[in-house]
Amino acid sequence: MSEVEGTPEGPKIGVDEWVARSEERSGVRGGRLAPLYARAERLPWWALLAAAVGVSALVPFISSSDYVIRVAVNTVLFALLALGLNVVVGWAGLLDLGFVAFYGFGAYLYALLSSSQFDLHFPALLSVSIVIVSSALLGLLLGLPSRRLVGDYLAIVTLFFAQIYVVLATNADRITLPWNDGPTDISGGPNGITDIDPISILGYEFGSTRSYLWLSLGVFAVVVVALQFINHSRTGRAWRALREDSLAAELMSMPVNRLKLLAFMFGAATAGLTGTIFASVQLGVFPQNFDLPLLITVYAMVILGGAGSIPGVVIGAITINVSLELLREPANARLLFYVAIGLGLVTLVRPWRKLAAICVGLVAFGIVAYQLAEWLRPAWVSGTIEGGRFAGLLDGWVIHPVDSTHLGNAGFILLIVAVLALTELRGIWRSILLVPTLYLAAFVWENRLVVEPSVTRILLLGALLVVLMSWRPQGLLGTSRVEIV
Amino acid sequence: MDWDFFVQQLVNGLTLGSVYALIALGYTMVYGILKLLNFAHGEVYMMGAFAGFGVLSLFGGALGVTINVVVLIGLMLAVAMIGTGFLGVAIERFAYRPLRNAPRIAPLISALGVSFFLQSSALLLFGADFRSYETYEYIDLASGIHWGPLNISVVRIAVILTAFALMFGLTLLVARTRLGKAMRATAFDREAAAMQGIDVDRVIVATFFIGSALAGAAGVMVGLVFYKVYHLMGFLAGLKGFTAAVVGGIGSIPGAMLGGLLIGLSEAFITGYVSSTFQDVFVFSILIVLLLVRPSGLLGKADIQKV
Repeated sequence: MSEVEGTPEGPKIGVDEWVARSEERSGVRGGRLAPLYARAERLPWWALLAAAVGVSALVPFISSSDYVIRVAVNTVLFALLALGLNVVVGWAGLLDLGFVAFYGFGAYLYALLSSSQFDLHFPALLSVSIVIVSSALLGLLLGLPSRRLVGDYLAIVTLFFAQIYVVLATNADRITLPWNDGPTDISGGPNGITDIDPISILGYEFGSTRSYLWLSLGVFAVVVVALQFINHSRTGRAWRALREDSLAAELMSMPVNRLKLLAFMFGAATAGLTGTIFASVQLGVFPQNFDLPLLITVYAMVILGGAGSIPGVVIGAITINVSLELLREPANARLLFYVAIGLGLVTLVRPWRKLAAICVGLVAFGIVAYQLAEWLRPAWVSGTIEGGRFAGLLDGWVIHPVDSTHLGNAGFILLIVAVLALTELRGIWRSILLVPTLYLAAFVWENRLVVEPSVTRILLLGALLVVLMSWRPQGLLGTSRVEIV
Repeated sequence: MDWDFFVQQLVNGLTLGSVYALIALGYTMVYGILKLLNFAHGEVYMMGAFAGFGVLSLFGGALGVTINVVVLIGLMLAVAMIGTGFLGVAIERFAYRPLRNAPRIAPLISALGVSFFLQSSALLLFGADFRSYETYEYIDLASGIHWGPLNISVVRIAVILTAFALMFGLTLLVARTRLGKAMRATAFDREAAAMQGIDVDRVIVATFFIGSALAGAAGVMVGLVFYKVYHLMGFLAGLKGFTAAVVGGIGSIPGAMLGGLLIGLSEAFITGYVSSTFQDVFVFSILIVLLLVRPSGLLGKADIQKV
């Protein structure tokens, strides 16, 4: 977001009044969409929430495909996770890298309390309450050793905890207990725990995927309402003060340590609660459900949407989860890639003459490169492009060698170098280099990344975090920080 | 007591410990100067291991080494150190430098992104299969010291000696050279150092280069002793390297060496005598207990927060 310069009659940049009126200034938007923004901002939060939940609840009536409903349930679960992480990272400014372990802890604890593993079949409401309380307590326990320390120690302790959690879940299937002969199977090991009771509340048993969608939307609404109230409470304001400057917050006699632990416990409890729904909708839990790629996914959701903003992280969760689902299939992944490139060009390249020149240059560059490659080495263009829509369009433009792995890998390394060089160049040279870089990106995408979607996901999420942090740390909907000079 | 077993664990611990110490040095140097936790450091170490493997394949692979073995290992170390050094410099330049004045959490998240990016790049480039250095094919592991219960293969001796030589070199560099003096000054107070005419950016680049090169060397050493390299190897090693840095007192160079050796030895003995599944849990408990008892680490100074 561009910093608004102090107007001649307004306060000078950096003085108290300028800082105090920062939100007011950043709220003023120009352009043709300004009235829309203004109208959207006047809507009360509960109306937005009701609209979002209402529309999502209709998904089963729009599509009868079980896959679509399952993706919708996952998206809501991710939104819940992102909301929980947002309390810790976005509001309190603590880096919690063990977040998915709490999610896993919740899921496993629910699985232990309500399955045939120990033949305990607690009623769902009781299990869920136990899970929420114990997740919060576990968060407290883990936060205690780090409470006096700077945020970095908390990060490493929690990251280590996430690792330990996976080790325990994978290996706790043959623990020797003093009161039991022989090894006891607690977590089911790599096979996990299956045969988990479905959640049932007041006699109604949630059996189908669509009923779980409604359940998770209900939980989502409750969590959003709770968080909205907390955000505007004394505690919420204290968290934000802590995030901006914990030393200053302490001088204002805020109980900094207690606030940090409280934020941590809130995040853990939300994650635990989400874990229970996950366990019951999947009817099983496995150690690999809660590994580190999940962590970076949730982080990317929070950062992309805008850490600190409730609608922001929800939108981040929806965007990322839906995009990741689209990546699974080559045809959709291709569409996603070119739409993203196109959107990026349209928003970032000004004026439109330059944009048109780049587009024409890109097409021409591709055709020339293809002809050149065909003339040099026919094997470079005789590989197959993965099928699907648009594949025919790309024939004759993007090079697709027989040995796509090795050339694709070389292209990948070259692409990283080219992108890094782009950030260093200015002016006309940047536009000139942009054309071959985009072509290279298309080449690598078609030959390498489309083929390995699971790698591509993490690769893109990692790159997204790095790019967002230096380019737009407030994400899509967050507010930019006020720099106090 | 079984002395053979004990000595074997001791040697194991020393090998692991010198590797952890080399990784911890990178963490501690960067932390000392930038107050930044470089999560991507473990992945740099992994890339070093792969660079060494690349050199090995270039000269005929494990089964048909075409040059002298000592020269080969020297080349592996050199290529890995230079390559990871530049990798570290690039990470600093593109992921951390734009965020130098951002809130503390921003570079941490960026580091997380870099770490996952490097990990999945390695998966894309090298595949998910284990690669093996297969040291036993070109070095006779039976040669070495055999004296009573003491049995150390020549590879381990070379690795431990190289690690100590690198640490000694670093200590000299920091204590005796102009660059070392500039590094100490920058770590003490970056702004004041800049006012004394020290090019802080250059010091930071040098720190990243040296720290990452040490991690790259550690990667090759692990490959030589334990054979296996794979794209996930950096995560846990990085975590333990960081634990070592914290145990020794983060920001302190002798502390990182001490911490690395301590963590390596405890891991080896716990694996040998207590549990070979849950050794990580015990290392983690060491970290927690230490943070509770002495948060500034064994050799670190308690930090007084300046406003």
